[in-house]
Amino acid sequence: MSATDMTHDAAVELSGLRVAFGKTQVVDGVDLRLDRGQALALIGESGSGKSVTLRSILRLFPAGRSRIEGRISAAGKDVLALDKRALADFRGGDVSMIFQEPLLAFDPVYTVGRQITESIQRHEKISAQDARARALALFERVRIPSPERRLDNYPHEMSGGMRQRAMIALALACRPQVLLADEPTTALDATVQIQVLLLLRELQRDLGLSIVIVTHDLGAAVEVADRIAVMYAGKIVEVGTARQVVRDPHHPYTIGLLRSRAEGAMDKGSRLQTIPGSPPDLANRPPGCPFAPRCFLAEDRCRREMPPVGTISPGHDVACWRTEEASAAYRAGPQPVAVEMA
Amino acid sequence: MSVIPPGPDPFAADRGGPAQPLLSVSGLVKHFPVRKGTGPKKVVRAVDGVNFDVLKGETLGIVGESGCGKSTTAKLIMGLIERDTGGMLFDGQAIGERAMPWRSYRRQAQMVFQDSYASLNPRMTVEQSIAFGPKVNGVPGREAVERARALLARVGLEPKRFAGRYPHEISGGQRQRVNIARALALEPRLVLLDEAVSALDKSVEAQVLNLLLDLKAEFGLTYIFISHDLNVVRFISDRVMVMYLGRVAEIGPSDSVLAAPAHPYTQALLASMPSLDPDNRTQKALLAGDPPNPIDPPGGCRFHPRCALAEGVCGQVEPPLEPVRAGNRVACLARQPGSGHSAAPAEVLAA
Amino acid sequence: MTAPLTAASVALDGNLAAAPDAPEAFVASRGFWGHVGHRLVRDPVAMAAGVVILVVIAIAILSPWITPMDPYKGSMLRRLKPVGDATYWLGSDELGRDMISRLMLGSRLSLFMGVTPVLIAFVLGSGIGILAGYVGGWTNTILMRTIDVFFAFPSVLLAIALSGALGAGIFNSIVSLTCVFVPQIARVAESVTTGIRRRDYIDAAKLSGASAFTIMRVQVLGNVVGPIFVYSTSLISVSMILASGLSFLGLGVRPPEPEWGLMLNTLRTAIYVNPLVAALPGVAIFLVSISFNLFSDGLRSAMEIRQ
Repeated sequence: MSATDMTHDAAVELSGLRVAFGKTQVVDGVDLRLDRGQALALIGESGSGKSVTLRSILRLFPAGRSRIEGRISAAGKDVLALDKRALADFRGGDVSMIFQEPLLAFDPVYTVGRQITESIQRHEKISAQDARARALALFERVRIPSPERRLDNYPHEMSGGMRQRAMIALALACRPQVLLADEPTTALDATVQIQVLLLLRELQRDLGLSIVIVTHDLGAAVEVADRIAVMYAGKIVEVGTARQVVRDPHHPYTIGLLRSRAEGAMDKGSRLQTIPGSPPDLANRPPGCPFAPRCFLAEDRCRREMPPVGTISPGHDVACWRTEEASAAYRAGPQPVAVEMA
Repeated sequence: MSVIPPGPDPFAADRGGPAQPLLSVSGLVKHFPVRKGTGPKKVVRAVDGVNFDVLKGETLGIVGESGCGKSTTAKLIMGLIERDTGGMLFDGQAIGERAMPWRSYRRQAQMVFQDSYASLNPRMTVEQSIAFGPKVNGVPGREAVERARALLARVGLEPKRFAGRYPHEISGGQRQRVNIARALALEPRLVLLDEAVSALDKSVEAQVLNLLLDLKAEFGLTYIFISHDLNVVRFISDRVMVMYLGRVAEIGPSDSVLAAPAHPYTQALLASMPSLDPDNRTQKALLAGDPPNPIDPPGGCRFHPRCALAEGVCGQVEPPLEPVRAGNRVACLARQPGSGHSAAPAEVLAA
Repeated sequence: MTAPLTAASVALDGNLAAAPDAPEAFVASRGFWGHVGHRLVRDPVAMAAGVVILVVIAIAILSPWITPMDPYKGSMLRRLKPVGDATYWLGSDELGRDMISRLMLGSRLSLFMGVTPVLIAFVLGSGIGILAGYVGGWTNTILMRTIDVFFAFPSVLLAIALSGALGAGIFNSIVSLTCVFVPQIARVAESVTTGIRRRDYIDAAKLSGASAFTIMRVQVLGNVVGPIFVYSTSLISVSMILASGLSFLGLGVRPPEPEWGLMLNTLRTAIYVNPLVAALPGVAIFLVSISFNLFSDGLRSAMEIRQ
């Protein structure tokens, strides 16, 4: 972890971010800050708005269909104020992104090497030879075996893990400061996933890269991230260092996520603790805390009023009325805290 | 609930008694031809000599990475693709032969697929999908519908709200509950779950896993649980089988296999699970690169090109699947006495 | 997220599941076609096209009684009146017959020639395609390679050649047009069926012990008929244009029967005298065929229901 104390020097800063598609408010007031050189994981279940939050940093939505409010600044730029030209330079040059499915990031009819050199040449005035040398260095950097030969491969000629590495190389081609990763290891086999996670950690350390990774897998998040933000129904419910969130959770949803994991290592044959019910319909969101209908601690106040964000300890923020009770329940150990669904 | 007729009597159809495996697979082989260019004909050795038993009332977990043959094994067991060679006995009777024709076998063995949406007909209501199986097996329409509704209630979906819904109108977790109900509609003894919870969110996954445990106890089911997630397999399985490139690497009680793995591949697989401990993150990946392609697998031990323990002998001798400790069988020369591997234990273990 | 979960209490569709003594509170879904209809009425383009088609069909049915003048009665004195004439609002043709009346009556044959071949080809082509797609293997190869032979010829050429061989006349035109469309529909039916056959729910149905025929009837048919039907509606416009073409060449409808293609043919001599009138049958063909196309487009997107 690079300890930068410059409070103004955020790699990514979102404030009051709201994103809606039609009537559906997918992201509903997200404040988030990522210091330079840090790695942050956004975790949550499908429909929690984590991917949309990530994509809004690059403004990857068609303008007509979506409505973005709030402030987004990344790599020192006000993202919502960028014009078309500036946005094109910003994407890839300042902030770039990798995806779950690398085949979608590559054009199938060109070699991987050519796509990387083209990307470099689009952003910089550089000779073809130099661009290729840099592509080769990138391939070595992401640990692709026999990189010289692999540069001339077409995307389909690579295996899944190698393609993922090639996509990371492509994303790093123009030396961005921030790397966004959307479920980068979800489609990969376990032994490959850990390699990619370790690679991301290495890149963060060696290149001083700031990383935002979106994942549904708490384990993957812990492997990469310095900080973890837990999202539910378009809001961040808990954010803190990985240690704070995993060891000392204060939000009932985080607790539910930790408890429902199969390696929560209860005895064989015992039942898993679950979060009952399912996430709310984002198109008509109930008042109050969105998690209240599924929460084991919910009281009347929770159903009426959205709780404000409170600070548990420096850097550890939680949006819940009953953080004390939640934390106590967690520390008391795995008791049947959740009402089982019929 | 009385409409699930013969009641939870798991031994109604039992033949060989509790000691006889419910399903016994031996020498199962499936090769797929590939046409690549004009060169010599190549085959994908998807499943290449697999032996295992599924005991009555247990859950056998099958783990492995892409290309290990676990999904092909599932399809072979269900008869969705034809096996090249190999024998399969269901409760002592050869499947596909006169004593146990496919049709009567299938009434006792059902499957839940990974993709909850693709495995439901989009033009049929939830209730129609569940009632379809009983209907084609001669259950009168009205009774089949009632059974479908009872099963819906049993898997946690209120029939009044869900029976008339279409698959696209319900969530992934609810769909997978429907698929489970559909599999149970024929009152099977064996249920094969092929990555059945892999596509679900964690909190939903936990709900469905609990449901599976309850149903198993209530209906006396036997499960084959295929998954890539070792944590889930550890939670639900009594025994675990680890596959690598179309062969069994290790099989045994899940406590023993997953707590003290004997095969180097199982060790690598376990080491690659994310740690969930921020102070003790994974430092090193034990394996480099991707799982290899099952076309032209390496000779000898399939794992030897990536194995830290590999020696010359590993490239020549194909390791048999032999017991190393009680109930735990491993296909690794380094664990087998007298195999010629320098790390092999010196003397024969107590048999 | 798209599907409204508050399903209204519409009757259970499909008798397969309807409980004999339906318990009062069962929440029924709108059903697949219910959803399609719901989405279709919210598509203004498809709705406009649908209205045009309905109006033309109404005119076709009612034309013998509602034509303002006798469509067969000509007048040598009032030939080729321009559009906007006091008596002949849309002018008159080369024999002095009222254009409105002839266009109205002509819609009967034009529509008939557009729809009938497609309808017959829909039945035959779906049968062949679904069979080939579901059975697969050698059956598929033989059927589909035979079908492929027809694709060697452009459809216009094929229609003309067949009509020419069979001789002029409405019936022969329909036969030849049907022959043109069967391979096209069969091809689509085969690919849709092959796609469906690989879905997990077909595997699940096999595992339940259902026979191939039952699976085909219950699981496959409902899922393939829709897409094939949509494709077929898009062929109606082609059929109308080809039928008009055949009439234009003298291979289809014979005078004095009014038919839009034939009218276009006979009026072409007047194209320098009164171009507007000469173009009218073409406009009618264009309008109706584009309406069929737009409607089938709308239908297709309304049927794309995802989770």
